[in-house]
Amino acid sequence: MKVDGPGLEKIFSNGSLGLTMVAVILGFLVGAVVLLVAGFNPLEAYMAILKGIFSKPKYMSYVIIYSTPLIITGLSVAFALRTGLFNIGAEGQYIVGAMTAAMAGYFFHLPMVVHVLVCVILAALAAGMWGGIAGYIKARFGVHEVISTIMLNWIALYLSNWAVTLKSFGKQGTGKSYAIRETARIDLFGEWKITEPGIEFMRSHSFLGDILKSPVNIGILVAIILAVLVWIVLNKTTLGYELRAVGFNPHAAEYAGINVNQSIITSMVISGGLAGTAGALQVLGVSHRIAKLAAMEGYGFDGIAVSLIGNNTGPGSVLAGFLFGGLKYGGSKIQDVVGAPTEVINIMVGTIILFVAMPGLIRLLLGFKKR
Amino acid sequence: MEFIDFSHKAVEMIDIVKKFGDFTANDRINLTVHRGEVHALLGENGAGKTTLMNILYGLYRPSGGCIRIDGRPVDIKDPITAIRNGIGMVHQHFMLVEPFTVTQNIILGNEITKGLGILDLGRAEKEVARLSEQYGLAVDPKALVQDLSVGSQQRVEILKALYRGAQILILDEPTAVLTPHEIGELVIIIRNLTGQGKSIIMITHKLREIKQMADFCTIIRQGRHINTVDVNQVTRAELAARMVGRDISFKVTKQDRTPGEIVLEIQDLVVKDSRGIRVVNGLNFQLKRGEILGIAGVDGNGQTELIEALTGLRKAGAGSIRVHGKDVMNQTPGKMIHVHKIGHIPEDRRKRGLIFEFDVAENLILETYFEPPFSKGFILNHRIIQAHAQNLMEKFDVRPRDPKLPAKALSGGNQQKMIIAREVTNDPDILIAAQPTRGLDVGAVEYVHQTLVAERNQGKAVLLVSFELDEILNVSDRIAVIFEGKIVGILNADTADEQQIGLMMAGGGL
Repeated sequence: MKVDGPGLEKIFSNGSLGLTMVAVILGFLVGAVVLLVAGFNPLEAYMAILKGIFSKPKYMSYVIIYSTPLIITGLSVAFALRTGLFNIGAEGQYIVGAMTAAMAGYFFHLPMVVHVLVCVILAALAAGMWGGIAGYIKARFGVHEVISTIMLNWIALYLSNWAVTLKSFGKQGTGKSYAIRETARIDLFGEWKITEPGIEFMRSHSFLGDILKSPVNIGILVAIILAVLVWIVLNKTTLGYELRAVGFNPHAAEYAGINVNQSIITSMVISGGLAGTAGALQVLGVSHRIAKLAAMEGYGFDGIAVSLIGNNTGPGSVLAGFLFGGLKYGGSKIQDVVGAPTEVINIMVGTIILFVAMPGLIRLLLGFKKR
Repeated sequence: MEFIDFSHKAVEMIDIVKKFGDFTANDRINLTVHRGEVHALLGENGAGKTTLMNILYGLYRPSGGCIRIDGRPVDIKDPITAIRNGIGMVHQHFMLVEPFTVTQNIILGNEITKGLGILDLGRAEKEVARLSEQYGLAVDPKALVQDLSVGSQQRVEILKALYRGAQILILDEPTAVLTPHEIGELVIIIRNLTGQGKSIIMITHKLREIKQMADFCTIIRQGRHINTVDVNQVTRAELAARMVGRDISFKVTKQDRTPGEIVLEIQDLVVKDSRGIRVVNGLNFQLKRGEILGIAGVDGNGQTELIEALTGLRKAGAGSIRVHGKDVMNQTPGKMIHVHKIGHIPEDRRKRGLIFEFDVAENLILETYFEPPFSKGFILNHRIIQAHAQNLMEKFDVRPRDPKLPAKALSGGNQQKMIIAREVTNDPDILIAAQPTRGLDVGAVEYVHQTLVAERNQGKAVLLVSFELDEILNVSDRIAVIFEGKIVGILNADTADEQQIGLMMAGGGL
């Protein structure tokens, strides 16, 4: 099909990136309306968000830290979706990963880099198994993964809460586990920051020093590497070919000699492993421990939103993860600055997803001809 | 012809143009249908027949031209307007709510109530019974649609249109899913309808049925109106030539060939269907190198389950399947393809044959993606995969020649060519072709038949399963008739008699 002119119509009518951008803009517009109705000045509120993200190096650093787990759980959900599975269980897998990493980080005595690798790998394996359970009971008994993963989320939550009550692992009376050892941490300059020269450095270098005020860690690098890996596995390998074939049409995959049941389990293990890695990185880089949770933290559920906004691709999840992380962090500032409730941010994210899910509506709103 | 009222033009479509972007699907097409007339729309897959009818039914807006109903110009902007103007459409894939009864389906959207939204099913059932009596459309108003045969479901669709006051009925490929017996019943139904002043437009590419049912035929080729002919004045060959734009041979040319050794041997095979019924029930046959064995039979006599057992897609219960003398029963589909070299053109290409979202190149390596040169270790070689696709698309004339198009963007005929290209290129010892020409136009049918014969000439053992007796008679060397899960007789194709096979297919014995 030829396209006249600069191809703008093509970008918006065919390209998913264009549609997503329009959806994001519409999300902001709806958010503005909500703010107006509630009696706040939307421009002021949005300026507060922008300032809350970009006005200080520390803020930007925080956005990256907020985004890291979201990007990875987004990858987890995206991977499953691309292979025809709806992994609602990223939340539970995240919890299992965090718990495993916290335990490995506290109980094991290992050299620096090795300790980190052991924690991450064990967390990914445990969470992969957690996802694999849902895959197995789908393959073996035909139980839909949405049902089983919701159930497994609760089991994971209470398992983790129970672990915190253990005498050997949980600090009694605090509702928290013991902190992981220094060797397992992935913060940059974590110890050095509280030494004399460290404090001196941060005081004298305003830009770098400001960044270092946030718990900077290498998680984001892992997230980006994982995004690239997910893209490669899905598009460039025989495994990805098999899994996508099963996702699109299990009957045709079966006909072609692909083991459909095996593929379902494999896909859930990989998806779970990714979510577990997100949990592990959060523990190793930011929280250093797990705490007893009254409710789920929502990193896994947010991953569903990230995946959908990112069009279920690796690179898309990175961009959407940053958007989501930015809104979450920057959005928390509007309460202080203009007094508007931060819930507006949730309304905006919800609206964006709603519009992303309705490409037809966006084309209609933009007045493009229906075919 | 006797029912046509030439003074009354029920439908006039004048200079209809429909463009999708730069693509012109309909280019100034004219169509006139009189009261009491059966008018066939003939054209290859993708010629623009369905587009034209979707315009008449208000599913698409035309880019140009006008439509008159009973002489009045009308703007059919949606199906509701079409229905108000007495137009009804029966789609190829039925639009019925399966767990509902016949009556509930028919009145859906136009319910008879006792007021205040309370259904009056009793009165509705009477109305449905009256309609079905009036037009000779025998169905039980209280039966659940899911329990009905395909032929009966089609009658429900026709009744639905009549209930809404249709004077003009559009039937999209009405015989595609029917058994030969049901086609015979449809002929009578159509006569009843035209006898009572209804006009019928049928979209088809089956020439035999045009000769059997239609009065006039409009031929469309590549979106253009070729001409409209009086069906009685033309032969099937002439219709085919006009539709495709070249001469078509209906008879496959086939040299005599002495079959070789036995490749596939099936003994006392028993296969249960998903409900646990033994639909293949003690079945026996042998298949040799260099022959085409045709399995003739009415749909639902165990053909599907037989093929699934042969390809490892369904577990067999008892008996044996031997390939080159080795027992291969109940092995995985992968083993059947790669170890025992069984190629399979599946009967349902949407469900089994293709992954619609994958592009053509990806579909062409569906069974061989893990083998060199398409991949090395775990890594796919996209350059070679693309080149492979380009090569096969040339060789098997798959159009449009773009390996990056998703499979769903191709026409049915080209999708089938893709599957055939893949299966033939895999170089199987046994090629199972199930309904290989279902839904294809005569040009594509000719092509498929020639390919099957070419495979047989190369020494492959070909098993052809088809509900179309013409096809079986035309292509096979031997014909096995299947009835209630058993082979009830094997005949030589040269000496086989259509009547006799028909009788055996119906369980009439030898």
